[in-house]
Amino acid sequence: MQPGKPLIDFSWIAEHLDDVWERVLQHLQLTIIPLALGFIISLALAVWAIRQPRVYGPVTAVTGILYTIPSLAAFALLRPITGLSLITAVIPLTTYTLLILVRNNVAGFYSVPADVLEAAEGMGYTRRQRLLRVELPLAVPLMLAGLRLASVTIIGLATVVAVLGNSFGGLGQLITEGLQTFFPTKYLLGALLSVALAVSADLLFVRLERIVTPWAHVRAGVR
Amino acid sequence: MTGQATHGAIVQFDHVSKSYDPEATKGGKGPGAVNDLSLKVPAGKICILVGPSGCGKTTSLKMVNRLIEPTSGRITIDGVDVTTQELTALRRRIGYVIQQVGLFPHQTIGENVATVPRLLGWTKARQQERSEELLALVGLEPAKYRERYPSQLSGGERQRVGVARALAADPPIMLMDEPFGAVDPIVRDRLQNEFLRLQESIAKTILFVTHDIDEAIKMGDLVAVFQTGGILAQFGTPLDILAAPASEFVARFVGQDRGLKRLSLLRVSDIELQPAVTARPGDSAADARRRALDDPLRYLLVIDGANRPLGWVAHGDIPNEGELTDKMANPVSPTVNKRTTLKDALSMMLDADVQTGIVVDRNGAVQGLVTVDAVAKKMREGDHAPAFAQELEHLEVGEPGPIEAELAEEEVRA
Amino acid sequence: MSEIIAFFTDPAHWTGETGIPSRLFEHLVISGLAILVATLVGLPLGLYIGHTGRGANLAINLANIGRAVPSYAILVMILPVTLALAPVLGYSPTMGLNFLPILIAMTLLAIPPILVNGYAGLRSVDRELIEAGRGMGLRESQILRGIELPLASTVIIGGFRTATLSVIATATIGAILAGGGLGRFIFDGLNQGVGGRASIYAGAILVTILALGVDLLLAILQRRLTPVGLRKPRSTTTLDVPRLELDQTPT
Repeated sequence: MQPGKPLIDFSWIAEHLDDVWERVLQHLQLTIIPLALGFIISLALAVWAIRQPRVYGPVTAVTGILYTIPSLAAFALLRPITGLSLITAVIPLTTYTLLILVRNNVAGFYSVPADVLEAAEGMGYTRRQRLLRVELPLAVPLMLAGLRLASVTIIGLATVVAVLGNSFGGLGQLITEGLQTFFPTKYLLGALLSVALAVSADLLFVRLERIVTPWAHVRAGVR
Repeated sequence: MTGQATHGAIVQFDHVSKSYDPEATKGGKGPGAVNDLSLKVPAGKICILVGPSGCGKTTSLKMVNRLIEPTSGRITIDGVDVTTQELTALRRRIGYVIQQVGLFPHQTIGENVATVPRLLGWTKARQQERSEELLALVGLEPAKYRERYPSQLSGGERQRVGVARALAADPPIMLMDEPFGAVDPIVRDRLQNEFLRLQESIAKTILFVTHDIDEAIKMGDLVAVFQTGGILAQFGTPLDILAAPASEFVARFVGQDRGLKRLSLLRVSDIELQPAVTARPGDSAADARRRALDDPLRYLLVIDGANRPLGWVAHGDIPNEGELTDKMANPVSPTVNKRTTLKDALSMMLDADVQTGIVVDRNGAVQGLVTVDAVAKKMREGDHAPAFAQELEHLEVGEPGPIEAELAEEEVRA
Repeated sequence: MSEIIAFFTDPAHWTGETGIPSRLFEHLVISGLAILVATLVGLPLGLYIGHTGRGANLAINLANIGRAVPSYAILVMILPVTLALAPVLGYSPTMGLNFLPILIAMTLLAIPPILVNGYAGLRSVDRELIEAGRGMGLRESQILRGIELPLASTVIIGGFRTATLSVIATATIGAILAGGGLGRFIFDGLNQGVGGRASIYAGAILVTILALGVDLLLAILQRRLTPVGLRKPRSTTTLDVPRLELDQTPT
């Protein structure tokens, strides 16, 4: 920081709104792709674990180890293999979502009350109908809770992607470039926007959960 | 109901057994085994499967809709082996009600009730029509409940929805697994009564599991008593089982008070009424006094012009001359009708501390008298003399006989 | 592959201020310091909230904020503050650049999991047990030490696991500010261009081993500290339904 200059240079921001907006879009891309991939993979893993409880232990062990690897190390390890590409960013970010999403998806299925499943079976639902019409809808609140946590996590981790000079860096790129050029406006803007994005994603999923699960939010009756 | 309701089908168990790996059922958890069960439930009857926990009653029930497959033997519905039918189609034709109800939390009450019709591909309009009809049938106002979610209902309301849902596709058979077990005793009693009334009109074949012998006696046309190990200990009407328990186990299971329980199944119409000696206000007192001697207890029942009872007057209290007046009548005896159970009649007499109840018809006209002695005599029929004597003692009723009559004369009827 | 082996077998990388032992030591010191400060602040507060039930909303909100703020972002948001305060408080600007922001960011990231798990751990103890303790005449401090802490130990250690992982990873990123630690191998490698590949790899491997190793140690500690009666038998037939919300976040 150079003395005499204000911490935030608003005119720079005004001049570079387009650039900033592009970084925001990149960041969304870095969040949504891993989240979508992670959800599909974790849903398959969860259904597998529900049918074969034996596999749940190994699945969480492996995803747990992947989860423990510091993000910078993961990006650095992949960089020489996949280069400075979107894939280098997407692979680790996707694996980071797995532990959260698998656990929440499994917990979602397990949150379906046994009496509801018995009633469904007794009334003649086929296995497929039961999965699609009873288990999945009832697992939605916990699945969304998982997506909520995963989205916030991924938004944070995606900022690190840019440390390696990746051009898909999103808001992290603003931060890294700001640090390298000692320009606080840029790195603070990147940091603040990433926080804002995380908070927005959090609120979005809370809202979404209320919309798609109206039954969970009605006034409870006398028990 | 929708015009031509499907009535019950015959359900028959033919040497049905279900055994479990002893390792898997260690510690008393899990379903109970069933050992060579044969029984036939006639169409339109309620058959209660009752017994201690782990006796195989629930296993037997679940073998009907094949939630559990038997190890050997076969179960038929109207002569057709259930295993020959397509699983989901079979289940959609059998109503299923469980203790925890199992309503779908994410569906409204209306959608819940229409579950099976939806599976069967009925049109939306027909589903909704059916759903509303059933809600009304179980006493839930459709407009008020249709759009609610299960979490907004009380336990009793949920259980009614459960029954409505099971009835939705008008199945000939209903399987009910402790359906009223999770609600409080007052609600349970009301639900039981409502269900019995409902059954009068729908006449389904119902298999009903409970561990509560009182519920079994109250609800059952037939009762199958199971003992541990999945053995059918006795199968018969509630009266048969109470009158003649087939084994020590059944006797103990139905309880020491089986005599009293039997009273709850018998009605005033089951005993011979004693004639009442009656007179009307305005009759000659002397004549009335003379006629009162015809009554074993020397009481005269004063009745009005429509033969409705006004009260008792003791022989000693009737003046030698003049006319009988309604002021002389002492209205102490309870009135019962022929549908009243003997248990209720006895209870009313004991409450009023009198020996005699007045049996009236629908218009309130006297038909005859029922006495504590007559009820006692009814209970002594068959094997019940000892049990019943015990019960009376237990209830701290004064000894019947002259002293009681005297007491009655001095205090009660005076 | 061979260049990585060469990196690790080069004796020059095992001695001196820029050697592996020295970088590892720096990494551990700054991480340990952050955990220490975070524990001193977060644990008493978490236990107080958990024991009394007061301020639970604060704990939950802290957890959510802690989860939503990216570690890289928090690091750079502190940077201008520590730089600006250097002349005021009289520490060297270098410290304000490459030590204080990293330490403060790490500490701030470590406090929420420690605090929240302290709170959640105590809350997870069956209320009836505590009532029973009170009924038997135990003092509040005895209830905390004798009932709540042992039963909550698994969850509390879980908070330390989360905090430690996040601290180790943040220390790695902190090397971008010319700080010490194993992250320096990665950034030095980046600055060397093509020739730095071995260094990048070595750094990443070392950080991964450190994170996994420390996590494993804490997992063993966590199991050791769980009262025997609460340990779950390892079962293959039933699914251990996951405990949600108290989990670590990757870093």
